[in-house]
Order: sequence, then structure tokens, then C-alpha cells
Amino acid sequence: MSDEPGGGGPSFEERLNAARRRQGLEPQPKPERSGSDSFGPSPLSIGLRVGVELASALAVAFAIGYGLDRWFGTAPLFIIIFVLLGGVAGVLNVWRMFAPRDGSDRGYK
Amino acid sequence: MSQFQLHPALGIVGSSVNFTNSNLFMVIAGALILALLWLGMRPRAMVPGRFQSAAEMSYETVMSMCVDTIGPEGRAYFPFVFTLFFFILFGNLLGVWPFDFTFTSHIVVTLALTMLVMVLTTYVGLRTHRMHWFSYFVPQGVPKVLLVLLVPIEILSYLSRIISLSVRLFANMMAGHVMLEVFGAFVVMLAGAGAIFWVPSALTLAVNVALIGFEFLVGTLQAYVFAILTCIYLHDAIHLH
Repeated sequence: MSDEPGGGGPSFEERLNAARRRQGLEPQPKPERSGSDSFGPSPLSIGLRVGVELASALAVAFAIGYGLDRWFGTAPLFIIIFVLLGGVAGVLNVWRMFAPRDGSDRGYK
Repeated sequence: MSQFQLHPALGIVGSSVNFTNSNLFMVIAGALILALLWLGMRPRAMVPGRFQSAAEMSYETVMSMCVDTIGPEGRAYFPFVFTLFFFILFGNLLGVWPFDFTFTSHIVVTLALTMLVMVLTTYVGLRTHRMHWFSYFVPQGVPKVLLVLLVPIEILSYLSRIISLSVRLFANMMAGHVMLEVFGAFVVMLAGAGAIFWVPSALTLAVNVALIGFEFLVGTLQAYVFAILTCIYLHDAIHLH
């Protein structure tokens, strides 16, 4: 039941694979996943993501600091502490976005 | 801007239960997803047609996203990620259609979706690891003195996901639609300002056409980003580090 023409040409499997490659049906070898969510490196989207990461950590930190100050009545103390920590957390978020994810250290190195 | 305003939909019934146009388009998005899957899979053909291919491909894309990112445990969260991805995707894409409402351009909606993700990931982490889950906030291989500083930073970093995930989707969708409206206003104003402005007006219209295409890209990309980040957070909750 071989539908191959006689002769020593490439086998059916090889021809099928070649045709699939031509049509782009073969799955491409996957690139190594470097960032946590790396897709097309559009500068605008990267910039937007970095900005959102930085600002959101600061916003959360400010909200917590403001809440603690309201609670304890220690006017600007906790806001100052938490805004500093929030800035650090934002930078850590950005670092994690670009740092290679190789497992246990989670960006501390 | 009128395109972001909420109105009661469905006449008297809608206004009595506060059913807005935002809710209406959420229902439409849900119905379209169900229609895609149900009508697409009805032929059950061995060699799928176009519609069935689309349904199968949507299933396989999200499934591979789950399994690749979360690991073999990801299969359990496939329904959640699938629902989330297609709800956001259809919301974003429906919004490009004229006269349609983009419900993802309201931060209430994206924040609610994000809270769902955060509550789920925290619950999954706590259920999988019990009290050991809290070691997620304690980085390893760091001098003990620094932990006083690093644990709050870790907690802030975890909490900032709520804002970053919701604001990213909301800001992208709203910025795109505001840009469309601004350029649309330019077209009308330039065309009305006299014959010498007709060429700039036509160029602005061309920009607007390009922006519509850009909106499709952004809508798809942001739905994908939301889904893949959900997968990454679930991965972190299940595998901790």
C-alpha cells in the first residue's frame, strides 16, 4: 500500500515534514522564556508596564501608610516609611519583570 | 466623554434593576463566547471546518498557556483562565465596534476581575501549603537583619499586583478609546475649518483608521497579558518560589 514512487527519493515522512515546514505548520522551537511574561518587545508596551509597576507599588504603599497614620494618629510617619518601601517594591517588581527566572532566588542575587 | 457613560439598558426593566449598557455588553460577550464554543463544536467533524477550528484553537491555546506556565497542575485552573481570557478578549474586541460599550474601560470592572484573581491565588496558595504559604514573603539566602526590611517589601510587591493588573488593562483600553475620540474630533473640526484643511483632515482620518487596527492589537494583547499573568500568579501560589 505504499504510495511512494519507486526509486530512492526521500521517504513520505520526510516529504510530509518538508511540506509542513513550508506551510509553517510545524511548531517552531520555543524560545527560552526569559521574563515572566515576555512577548513582542514593543518599547511603548514595555515602558507602560514598567510605569504601571512602579506607580502601583507606590500607590498601595501610600494607601497603607495613610491608613496606618489615620489609625494611630502619627501624622506623616508611616506615609514616609511606606512610600520608601513602596518605591523599593516597585523597583523590585520591575527587576523581576526582566530578571531571568531561574528558580529559587526570585531576583535576589 | 459619552462613550464611557453608563445608561440603563433594556428600557423600563433595565432601569428598575440598574441593568446598564455595561452589563448588557457583558451578557453579549458571554453569549458570543458560548455561541462560538457551542455552535463551533456542534458538527463534531474529524476534519474541522473554520468555525470548529476556531473553537478548538481557542481551547488549545488557553490549555497550553495553563500547562506551560503553571505546570501539570494547570489543568485544574483551565476553566477559570479560559473564562477570564475570553471574557476580557470579547469585551475588548466588542468595544472596537461602533456604538458598542467597552466594559473593560471601567476600572471597577477590571478591579473586580483582579480581586477575583487575587482572592483565588491567595486561597490556592493557602490551601496547597497551609501556613507554609507565608514563607512566600520571606526571601531565602538573605541575612536575617535584612528580613525586617525585605518582608514588608515583599508584601507590598504582592499587594501591588492588585493595582498593576487592573490598571494595566483599564488604562490601555481607556487610552485607546480616548485617542480614537480625540482624533475623530480633529477630523470633524479640521474639515469644518475650510477647504485648505481638507488634506490634514483626511490624514487625520487615516490615523484614526490605523488606530482602529491598533485597538485590535492592544485588545488582544491585553487579554493575553491578563491571562498569562493570572497563570504566573497561580504558578507562584502552587510552587511558592
